[in-house]
Amino acid sequence: MNTGRRGFLGRGLAAGGAAALVAQHPKIAAASGGLDGKPLEVPDWTKMLGPGVTAAPYGSPSEFEKNVVRRNVPWLTVSEQASINFTPLHELDGIITPSGLCFERHHGGVPEIEPDLHRLVIHGMVRQPLVFTMSDLVRFPSVSRIHFLECPANGGMEWKGAQMAGVQFSHGMVHCCEWTGVRLSTLLDEAGVAQGAKWLLAEGADAAAMTRSIPLDKALDDVVVAYSQNGERIRPEQGYPLRLIVPGWEGNVQVKWLRRIKLGERPWQHREETSKYTDLMPDGKARQFTFVQEANSVITAPCPEKPLKVKGSHEIRGIAWSGRGKISRVDVSLDGGANWQSAELQTPVLDKCLTRFRLPWRWQGEPVFLQSRAIDETGYVQPTIEQLRRVRGVNSVYHKNSIHTWRVNKDGSVDNVQIL
Amino acid sequence: MFRFSSFILVAAGLLTASIAAAQQRGYGIGHKITDAQIAPWNIDISGEDGKGLPPGKGSVAQGEKLYVQQCAACHGEFGEGNGRWPELMGGQGTLREEDPRKTIGSFWPWAPTIFDYVRRTMPFTAPQSLDNNETYAIVAYLLHLNDLLPADGVLDAKSLAAIKMPNRDGFIAGDPRPDVRTEPCMKDCKRGPVKVTSDLAKSLGVTPTQKPKD
Repeated sequence: MNTGRRGFLGRGLAAGGAAALVAQHPKIAAASGGLDGKPLEVPDWTKMLGPGVTAAPYGSPSEFEKNVVRRNVPWLTVSEQASINFTPLHELDGIITPSGLCFERHHGGVPEIEPDLHRLVIHGMVRQPLVFTMSDLVRFPSVSRIHFLECPANGGMEWKGAQMAGVQFSHGMVHCCEWTGVRLSTLLDEAGVAQGAKWLLAEGADAAAMTRSIPLDKALDDVVVAYSQNGERIRPEQGYPLRLIVPGWEGNVQVKWLRRIKLGERPWQHREETSKYTDLMPDGKARQFTFVQEANSVITAPCPEKPLKVKGSHEIRGIAWSGRGKISRVDVSLDGGANWQSAELQTPVLDKCLTRFRLPWRWQGEPVFLQSRAIDETGYVQPTIEQLRRVRGVNSVYHKNSIHTWRVNKDGSVDNVQIL
Repeated sequence: MFRFSSFILVAAGLLTASIAAAQQRGYGIGHKITDAQIAPWNIDISGEDGKGLPPGKGSVAQGEKLYVQQCAACHGEFGEGNGRWPELMGGQGTLREEDPRKTIGSFWPWAPTIFDYVRRTMPFTAPQSLDNNETYAIVAYLLHLNDLLPADGVLDAKSLAAIKMPNRDGFIAGDPRPDVRTEPCMKDCKRGPVKVTSDLAKSLGVTPTQKPKD
């Protein structure tokens, strides 16, 4: 029996359709690809048909990209339901995070919500309490906004020192997506805000019934009740079918699986804004309602996961972001902060959005201390870890946005270090 | 030319229409809902004054029994925390130490918040399965474990709201940031060789591998 490609092709056509051909895509043996002086080979995938348009109704990344996944740190939390995983920043380009790679932070696992049964209630200090279905909400005028979303614990494992050997774990509690939905101010106007209302409580429909108090000023300013992420309905782990987007503020206030908004005069002082998500200072007092994610940046190439394999031309790449507005400048240092040069910013630079920076670099095998420093449009300059520690000590857990240092060694490997 | 009476009628019609529009406001999307309808979801309690605490009561003794059945597997028999599950008692006086212990007794500023949190999220694998009396009882036991309620104590809405937590004044509301201000120096910003202060990331071995999950 002829099992060669030619014979297979003949049988396939005889069977009456090209669809029969595509199941087997043989792996070719490692080819030199023209690097050994011999002529280039024509690979198998050029000499046979590939799958057709019905093979993948919802597409997936190439099977060769299996390593591009979210990862968790098993020792960090005691359960997988009240836990976090990390965006693989070292594998990403540009500013948009693919939906399936956005870090996840849940307090009671991911609920499986039937959208037809989901409701959003707005009540409390309003003229008329209202309930909305999903089909109600999509009828309102919609907005789309591209914003970063960061857990305030991003980097929080390194207040006392460098311990994560990878950018995925040192900085991966951040993502950036296009969110579409209705402005919260539109919904509040529909219910009518009563005089004296100053705060709202947002509540999720998950097993943690997650709650956070949010000042009404912010709610009326730029908060979006979102139902879509990167063009499609929000992923379950990101809040399907409905979540808050609170631009520039810490991730936990951007309540997922949003089911209820209640207006009141004062914050509710719930667990997630007293016992958690507060910043303990050296004097034993804790800062509360520290919502804004201050300017931050990190170099994603090179990094521990992406060492330099050859000397010569490279591009230093990274991301910067600020919860106070646009990034106005990112500086890069090769000598641990003694001298700096400004990187090119990918345009358009958007408000409260990841901003990609790039700097060409010729590496000759010398040891380097690589750093990036973000400056936002308010003039705020990303601080050093020492500057932060002097004010906040090492036990505040949240909001560590210090300049990060990668040590590039002579062999091109990259280490996470802290320096003076 | 219109007659006077018809002008009145037209004006009155416009007035009625504008009142209807004002009442409808906005886009007229959404459905009215009553407080009674919202009640099953309306479970939030204001930490500061206990507003929203339901009727009912529970004792420390009842709470201890329930706690052993429902809570102790994770939080330990006496709230000490089983393994790495959260500890719920002790830690008072540690907030300025090298390893602060943030428990209900040492850190939580408002007692009604405990009721709110336990009722909405606990037990971890069966949230919102406790009734109000059971929740009061468990909260009573948790307060007892932290020396904030005597062994014969009973808790209801009024007595829970009246409890003053030890760390009530331990929070600073209002964000003082930016709390570090610095100028972006560009040239010769540091002198001397780089001093590495922390270089254990690779050798600690606490970073997960880069291999995909099988």
